[in-house]
Amino acid sequence: MKRRKFLQASTLIPVGLSGFGFKNLSAAPLLSSLGLSAATNDNILVLIQLGGGNDGLNTVIPLDQYSNLSKARSNVLIPDANVLRLTGKTATGLHPAMTEMRAMYDNGLVNIVQNTGYPNPDFSHFRSTDIWHSGSNSNQVWLTGWIGRYLNEEFPGYPTGYPTTDMPDPLALGIGSFTTVTQGPTINMGIGVSDPSTVYNLINGNTETPPNTYHGKELSYIRLINEQTNVYTTAIKAANDKGKNLSTKYSSSNNLAEQLKIVARLIHGGLKTKVYVVSLGGFDTHSLQVDTSNHSLGDHANLLSTLSNAIGAFQDDLNLLGIKDKVAGMTYSEFGRRIMSNLSGGTDHGAAAPLFVFGTGVQAGIIGANPTIPDLVMVDDNLPMQFDMRQVYVSVIKDWFGLSGSKLDNAMGGIQANTLPIFKANNSSIQDFSDMFSRISLMEPSPNPVQSTTTIKWQTDGGLISIKLYDPLGQLVKEVFTGNVPSGISSQAISMEGLRAGNYFVQLSQGNKIATKVLVKI
Amino acid sequence: MNRKDFLTLKSPQKKEGNTKFAAPSKVTRRTATGIAEYTGTWSKWEVKHLLSRTLFGYTHADIAKYTAKSMADTVDELLNISSTEPAPPTNDYVSTMQDPECAENDVWVNTNNSVNFNFQRRNSLRNWWMRLMVNDTTIREKMTLFWHNHFATESENIGDARTVYTLLKTLRTHCLGNVKALTKAVTLEPGMLKYLNGYLNNKVAPDENYGRELQELFTVGKGSGSNYTEDDVKASARVLTGWRINNGVNPPVSYFHLNWHETADKQFSSFYGNTKITGKNSPTAGMEELDDMLAMIFAQNEVAKHICRRIYTFFVYYTIDSNTETNVIEPLAAMLKANNYNIKSVMDTLLKSEHFYDMANRGCIIKQPVDYFFALAKHAYLNIPVGTEANTVKYTHQKYLVEIAAYSGQTLLDPPSVAGWQAYYQAPSFHELWITSNTMPVRVAVVGQFITSGYSRGGHTMKMNVFSLAEKFSNPSNPNTLVKESLEYFLSMPPSATLLASTKTFLLPGNLPDSTWTTVWNTYKSNPGDTTNTKTCSDLLTYMFYSILNLAEYQLQ
Repeated sequence: MKRRKFLQASTLIPVGLSGFGFKNLSAAPLLSSLGLSAATNDNILVLIQLGGGNDGLNTVIPLDQYSNLSKARSNVLIPDANVLRLTGKTATGLHPAMTEMRAMYDNGLVNIVQNTGYPNPDFSHFRSTDIWHSGSNSNQVWLTGWIGRYLNEEFPGYPTGYPTTDMPDPLALGIGSFTTVTQGPTINMGIGVSDPSTVYNLINGNTETPPNTYHGKELSYIRLINEQTNVYTTAIKAANDKGKNLSTKYSSSNNLAEQLKIVARLIHGGLKTKVYVVSLGGFDTHSLQVDTSNHSLGDHANLLSTLSNAIGAFQDDLNLLGIKDKVAGMTYSEFGRRIMSNLSGGTDHGAAAPLFVFGTGVQAGIIGANPTIPDLVMVDDNLPMQFDMRQVYVSVIKDWFGLSGSKLDNAMGGIQANTLPIFKANNSSIQDFSDMFSRISLMEPSPNPVQSTTTIKWQTDGGLISIKLYDPLGQLVKEVFTGNVPSGISSQAISMEGLRAGNYFVQLSQGNKIATKVLVKI
Repeated sequence: MNRKDFLTLKSPQKKEGNTKFAAPSKVTRRTATGIAEYTGTWSKWEVKHLLSRTLFGYTHADIAKYTAKSMADTVDELLNISSTEPAPPTNDYVSTMQDPECAENDVWVNTNNSVNFNFQRRNSLRNWWMRLMVNDTTIREKMTLFWHNHFATESENIGDARTVYTLLKTLRTHCLGNVKALTKAVTLEPGMLKYLNGYLNNKVAPDENYGRELQELFTVGKGSGSNYTEDDVKASARVLTGWRINNGVNPPVSYFHLNWHETADKQFSSFYGNTKITGKNSPTAGMEELDDMLAMIFAQNEVAKHICRRIYTFFVYYTIDSNTETNVIEPLAAMLKANNYNIKSVMDTLLKSEHFYDMANRGCIIKQPVDYFFALAKHAYLNIPVGTEANTVKYTHQKYLVEIAAYSGQTLLDPPSVAGWQAYYQAPSFHELWITSNTMPVRVAVVGQFITSGYSRGGHTMKMNVFSLAEKFSNPSNPNTLVKESLEYFLSMPPSATLLASTKTFLLPGNLPDSTWTTVWNTYKSNPGDTTNTKTCSDLLTYMFYSILNLAEYQLQ
């Protein structure tokens, strides 16, 4: 199903089906609270899914790695001169198509989280999407989404007893469709709507209690969707009638912009929906991701241009509508792509990649370091993650939505993760993270390349540190060292016996601080 | 679970209200039935259950025909698919512009590529397939759809309609045959080579796209027993290097180009028994290594389990609990492997099994959009133009049927990704993903359209005829039998007394006596020119049928 078709679907529906003599189920606002709590604050999140696996290395470009990058992916490399520079950053730039997001960055509205992923990455689109949506570890299968669990903490028991006075609107809304990211413990907390200007009146002609069978389960599900549709399309239309768009930057040929335009209008119209889900597909660029004659153009450039222009128009609209302070947006994709390009002018499935969080509520800047590109990149090599996406999730739930304590733990499914200074509400300064390499350093392993054993040396201010070794696929090979060290220089031997040849990554971490070196096993 | 158990399963009546949602009911009862042959009742309910899972809808005649036969004979007939290819699609898409490569009514599948007409040709192909689905009397088109969802490709991406056709033809040819042979044929189809970049895969920097999906989606899957590695993905990509598409023939074919082929050995992991596929250096190297690799893959029990789980999810239900895994999936998988991957034996056993006819598995599949709309057309004898009408009329109306399925989330020839439609893999919701606040209004509105104004284009109106529909029942003048037989015909489960009574109020509003309807019907029969009575009769039938087709129950089969 193409999203365009979803968006057109409403034009198909014949009018004049009402007045057929059926009992007209009142879709008037349905009130009466059961005393369920309202949301902790009014903040809203817009999730932008980039389907297919976005090539992070051609999105947020590590200029200080250019010589190695040009060896590994010359047939897709963006010319250095065309990369959009970010104010105050010399070593990191954006793809030339992302002019709007560059301007937003320079205006203090964008936070870039580098090298985000999860340990032991999976390279399947479908499995990796499930992991991103659920927030589980990669060896776990969870059937709830991180947003669904968050919403279940804010609106316990949903859907039973809803709508309420405090929450008369959908908890989460997908423009077109919705995904497992909003799956709650009982039901998906999201609904999908294409046309916010139409109210539907679906009839449940039979309300006998369904039997305790799969037949009964599906019957009660369909009836619930009918009821939800009636109630929520009424609420959505009311917000759509009341709201408006003011930005002139939206392009009707930009499918993502069309989705975000609806979101802005509904928020302005007072819809209390906490999370909006929009998406842009086509990032699975195995082949021909750039024009062979001009690497700044081509399929991937078009995708990033669509993304950047849509976000630019949306943020412009939020500003003009006076609702900018309660809306934050976040992009994500199931994985990045391989460092080395293939001969068909594309890139295969990869691991960690940057993501964007935007809005007036974010701390502007870049969290984390540019990825380290090995001198001689092998086909296997992937970017090791620096940040776990659960750190992004916990930051959103705690610092943006204001949840804490057991509710926060439940929303995270019990996974402990430290927040990142993505939002202004966070206690840490982004400087601590941008500056983190000055207080921790990892020296070149010796010997490197290594056959059997090498020695690494590092310098810190002392305290608890951890050193881990990752293989080219991003799988944790071993924990080399965890413990307290004195201030100054320390060293540790690493045995590479029994490991196959390739580029490995040694990662030293201390609190927020992190440093990575490539270790070549021969 | 038998019918008696089933009928006593109702949980305590709870208070219903219009204003507050309730969570969907949970299922606590499980069934332990397996693949032993079903020996229970063979009535219209079992016939409808079987036909709706294997065909696209049924008619009164179908029910009568198969109720008179035995279960085994019925399944045998459904599995006895024609060995003759259906005649290929023709140029029925004429408009103000003429396809320069193909005259009206000529076959377009083997002409030169017609770059400006691929869009129309793909629509023509969808219409053609829709007609086959609606008219099929065997499982052939349902199986072909199953494989289209399993070896999913997107025709918009493939582009060339001739190539989309040959891929679909390959799925149909092998639909009840050998899964391994089908997998090999699909691997070498130009459409698949294009869709997953196989035609660009070469030894210098292999493209992993096809090698990954071949294992993850098409064969061993990602079940708990599947432990292929990333190195296996890379090794398979190297085996598959060198295949190209020859666009110089009509329709295009694939061929092997040794210069692009990796001739070194390919080492696979312990999951595949540390198999080493010997690199070859000859014009037949690509084919030989592919055969070696498929032999290695299909030696894994996981392939048969994965295929059987996919079959089960598509034809029975999406919840595979431990009982079902042990009593159904495992024996079917063992049978599939023992029969050298002949899928017909599995379908035969499954469709004759006590598990398939178990009351616990009745009426629980949410109809996929093509099932919903095409079966509606068949159930309700919709006058789809397929005869002497002008091509523009036939093309437009048929395309509408295909499009309403697309608007409801299922575009034939264009599933959303290589994994197929989410309803068949995305936990935990599966089939429920077909029903959303977007798609439910489309389903309901289109039924309303077909039963009231109809769909009118080019002088033809595609519309249900409520009179001729009523004539299909035993005694249309009797409101009680008409209501009961109508509910029993359209729904997958026996109607309750409450539902019978509430449905009857549409035929006889305001507690009118039964004789009122009998008079209205008999007057219509004796004097159809009495326009006032005929309109009353039409309205009452329309209300009654629409009330049934509008039930949530009608979404299930």
